Amino acid sequence: MLGYVYRRILYMIPTVFLVSIVTFIIIQLPPGDYLDTLAAELSDSGGLDSGTLEALRDQYGLGQPMYVQYWKWITGILFHGDFGLSFEKNLPVNDLIWDRLGWTFAISLLTLLFIWAVALPIGIYSAVRKYSVGDYAATFFGFIGLAVPNFLLALVMMYVAFKYFGQSVGGLVSPEYIDAPWTWDKIVDLLKHIWMPIVVVGTSGAAALIRIMRANLLDELYRPYVVTARAKGMSEFQLLMRYPVRVALNPFISTIGWILPTLVSGEIIVAVVMNLPTTGPMLLRALLVQDMYLAGSLILIVSLLTVLGTLISDLLLAWIDPRIRYQ
Amino acid sequence: MTDIPVEKISPTEGDDDVQMPALLGPWALMWRKFRRHRVAYASLWVVVLIYLLALFGEFFTTTEIGETNVRAPFAPPMGISLFVENEDGSTDFQLHAKGLKLELDREAMRRTFVEDPDKIIPLGFFVEGYAYELLGFIPMETHFFGPKNKRDRVYFWGADRLGRDIYSRIIMGTRISMSIGLVGVVVSLFIGISLGGISGYYGGWIDNVIQRIIEFIRSIPTIPLWMGLAAAIPLGWPPIRTYFVVTLIVSMIGWTGLAREVRGKFLSLRNEDFITAARLDGLTDWEIIWKHMVPSFSSHIIASLTLAVPLMILAETSLSFLGIGLQPPTVSWGTLLKEAQNIRTIIQAPWLLIAPGTMIVVAVLALNFLGDGLRDAADPNAH
Repeated sequence: MLGYVYRRILYMIPTVFLVSIVTFIIIQLPPGDYLDTLAAELSDSGGLDSGTLEALRDQYGLGQPMYVQYWKWITGILFHGDFGLSFEKNLPVNDLIWDRLGWTFAISLLTLLFIWAVALPIGIYSAVRKYSVGDYAATFFGFIGLAVPNFLLALVMMYVAFKYFGQSVGGLVSPEYIDAPWTWDKIVDLLKHIWMPIVVVGTSGAAALIRIMRANLLDELYRPYVVTARAKGMSEFQLLMRYPVRVALNPFISTIGWILPTLVSGEIIVAVVMNLPTTGPMLLRALLVQDMYLAGSLILIVSLLTVLGTLISDLLLAWIDPRIRYQ
Repeated sequence: MTDIPVEKISPTEGDDDVQMPALLGPWALMWRKFRRHRVAYASLWVVVLIYLLALFGEFFTTTEIGETNVRAPFAPPMGISLFVENEDGSTDFQLHAKGLKLELDREAMRRTFVEDPDKIIPLGFFVEGYAYELLGFIPMETHFFGPKNKRDRVYFWGADRLGRDIYSRIIMGTRISMSIGLVGVVVSLFIGISLGGISGYYGGWIDNVIQRIIEFIRSIPTIPLWMGLAAAIPLGWPPIRTYFVVTLIVSMIGWTGLAREVRGKFLSLRNEDFITAARLDGLTDWEIIWKHMVPSFSSHIIASLTLAVPLMILAETSLSFLGIGLQPPTVSWGTLLKEAQNIRTIIQAPWLLIAPGTMIVVAVLALNFLGDGLRDAADPNAH
């Protein structure tokens, strides 16, 4: 097991390196460099100080070859935790992003739990009662779930919630609670809001997982060991849970690996539509005004955390399924 | 007996009456299996219809897509009625729409549209409308369906905030959105087959490197990345250039899945007897790949391509919706949905959301069903 863990972590290093390079390229993409913008802003406000500018130019290695700039940028992050400045807000990126990243991942993880909670029973039902009305309903739901883009679903749900239930939409808490301290009422209010993004983001993942669960379980249901167990007189429910479902569960764990990136992606778009205090709106805004250090840091951290999530799912899977460890 | 049609194919006629079953090629077999899949077969027609709409867009529109109308901002969808009542009380069959007039709602202090029973807009097929060029080179003025009087305006699916006709805009948006899917798929097909083929055929360290790259692309959340790339497209670029760059960005997702599939096929085919035989016959690697390997899994490729098109359509829609993909005045389903970005607009004019949304869902569903059907038909082991 330990060998597998080392190998898996070793494999992660090139991925992380590639992520950092791609992020750096994105930061460099807009024309002009960061200091040109900053200088323009500072001279507008009358606070242009050539000494400060020179210091910054040196700190980020601007005007020097790309690899030097990359080196300065990445070592700043690795050794000093310095993600650069957001020039739109004129604050260190560090002060701005962590709250929002926290919410993004909280919502993504809750969505993952939601997907499992929904897909597991429905998938089992669909497989056991193959070609029943319920199975067709689940299949239909699955296709719809895959065909409706996240943001469209978000808009439709917001419209329905507003029009027919009169609920305030957008945000994670009602306006009056935004700056309030955490109280019981605020938590209740949060729960009233947070289910909507979770359902919206989770629908397509749940749809995919139901189909996977159904297919896997169908492969197992007619195996000889199931017949044997049935012949021994086990109750049907106990039999189902104890053998075929357990075998079919493996893909459930491994789904974290491919579902987490799509969840994070989906969350970002839905957050823009629903105006959630998460990474999405901040990233979009930063990209639109070309606040590149902020945008780059968000892309970098979101990607890294996703890679980490994938690593955890792989390790979990190896822990559960010995065949993977010894490959 | 099976249901294989029995045909006489013996070259010498009249010798004896032994009938040979016709030999169907793999494509004919596939087609036959596909035909049996009813949903997929129906979806094929839906997809064909949508692409025809995209190709002959102007013919089906009623109004020029850029034309604004100050008297119809947020005009609601108009229904089509069948009979008109004459002055003498008799009724005549005449397709028509009821005109709209603005009325001031004194309570809400808002202007609302109400149906104007006196104003009847006769509708007809093959009517004269604005001039356009069919397929870009045939000058025409005939439109499939619309108001008989050239100066009348109808809004089957309502109008947006500038009084532009949603129905016509959606039809014209079909061209951009559906073609992005196609062009994107061609790009990913090229990258996918090249890299997947190299990876699977040669194996070794090349395979390792390419697999790592694919894993990398699949393990990071793509939306923030595309957002970063798409946001770097300068706003001043001509629409056609933006279009191609957006297509390129969108096709970045499609190729990884395809490359994996191709690689898997190559790996399993590499040691098949017929490949070994071809190699012993002295064929070059290139010939083996294109003459023997690619034809043996091209049906799978077509199926996965069909399944990749909707992904790209959704990606383009998402990017344009966020305002970092295609930019207005380019009309695509994504830029149309951008009009419905905030909840207040949606409540005032739900058709801004419903009409393009329905189109997207129908197109994506049809393509998904079609792809599923093709995949099942292409799989010789499926029952």
